[in-house]
Amino acid sequence: MNALLATVRRDLLLALRRKSEVLTTLFFFVIVASLFPLGVGPESALLKKIAPGVLWVAALLSTLLGLPRLFAADHLDGTLEQMALSPSPLALLIAGKILAHWLLCGLPLVLLAPLLGLQFALEGQTLFILSLSLLLGTPLLSLIGAMGAALTLGVRGGGVLLALLVLPLYIPTLIFGAGAVEAQSAGLGVEGHLSLLAALLALAVFFAPWATTAALRIALE
Amino acid sequence: MPAMLKVSRLACSRGDRQLFADVSFSLAAGEWLHVQGENGAGKTSLLRLLVGLSPADAGEIYWRGVAASEADFHRDLLYLGHHAAVKDDLTPLENLCLSAALDGIHLHEEAALAALVRLGLRGREALPVRVLSAGQKRRVLLARLLTRPAALWVLDEAFNALDSGAVQLLGELLGEHLAKGGLAVLTSHQPLPLPAGKRLML
Repeated sequence: MNALLATVRRDLLLALRRKSEVLTTLFFFVIVASLFPLGVGPESALLKKIAPGVLWVAALLSTLLGLPRLFAADHLDGTLEQMALSPSPLALLIAGKILAHWLLCGLPLVLLAPLLGLQFALEGQTLFILSLSLLLGTPLLSLIGAMGAALTLGVRGGGVLLALLVLPLYIPTLIFGAGAVEAQSAGLGVEGHLSLLAALLALAVFFAPWATTAALRIALE
Repeated sequence: MPAMLKVSRLACSRGDRQLFADVSFSLAAGEWLHVQGENGAGKTSLLRLLVGLSPADAGEIYWRGVAASEADFHRDLLYLGHHAAVKDDLTPLENLCLSAALDGIHLHEEAALAALVRLGLRGREALPVRVLSAGQKRRVLLARLLTRPAALWVLDEAFNALDSGAVQLLGELLGEHLAKGGLAVLTSHQPLPLPAGKRLML
């Protein structure tokens, strides 16, 4: 468990030394989500209708933007080799890296989303559900994305391949996440959507680190 | 003396070209192996096979008499490859402490500092590794030989980019390690400042 926390600490420290990488993904999220109200016009009924989909797709794309860098630097400078040969289980170290990725690229989206939701004329309770759905959904995006990042590690032009590989896998998360916000705006119950998101998350927390580790071992051969 | 590390009939191929086959050797405590061969003979492949980074086509590796399994073997193993394996944005001190933490080893800052001083990096411990020279970067990596307890050192071209003083120092470190009953497997193209060890020609 200490090794997991050490990995998180290391990756956060590295991100602190190179802030621009994290900030670009956040600015991307803010700008993409802000372009829609500007392009569509100030009609609040329409904005309210498209808000869940737009905000969720923006969150999805900005997570994707940071994924190619998840293992690339460690692979290039040989740190990943050292991790694979460490006495600590590799899956634990990888779980730490995924957690750090979520703290840097997922959690800020959860905190920013209500602010951006205001542009779409969303009300208080809906904003809360938006944040809650992202809180359950963004870790899922990081976990699924890590598998894709590991599979495309070291492949030339891997960035595009990663998007093609990962985006289809993001569809269930998008449907249940945006669905929860839509249901709330329509005055329906949101428990179903959120429980399904939570179930997916539980499944991914269990399996994704192992799958990612297996893919990384192949990439290291 | 019983062999600590025993390798039998190891084979490796890249594509349909056979790099080597039937490689066998054994090392007892305090012995070291010098793997020699031309460029492309498979020295690095053999070392990567030995530490378990890539699977062998055939053959077995035994550590302390049992088949080298991950957790036990990795606790005794320190592999330093071609890569720098240090983070450019961190200082040498942070690099040492964090890599120890990832390995689940508690490393005191004083011990890490002492290792860096021994490697001739006094006054450089708080600079980002980015601004250090290639040889100094290599020394940061080699400091792990002092901070990470391991019985088996596997060093791939460890003498590259080092000046004559550092080559001498690495020779001393290896000598101390062997005197304590450690084992080492090295590749290098230059004559080593070490007592004679076993040789393997690929």
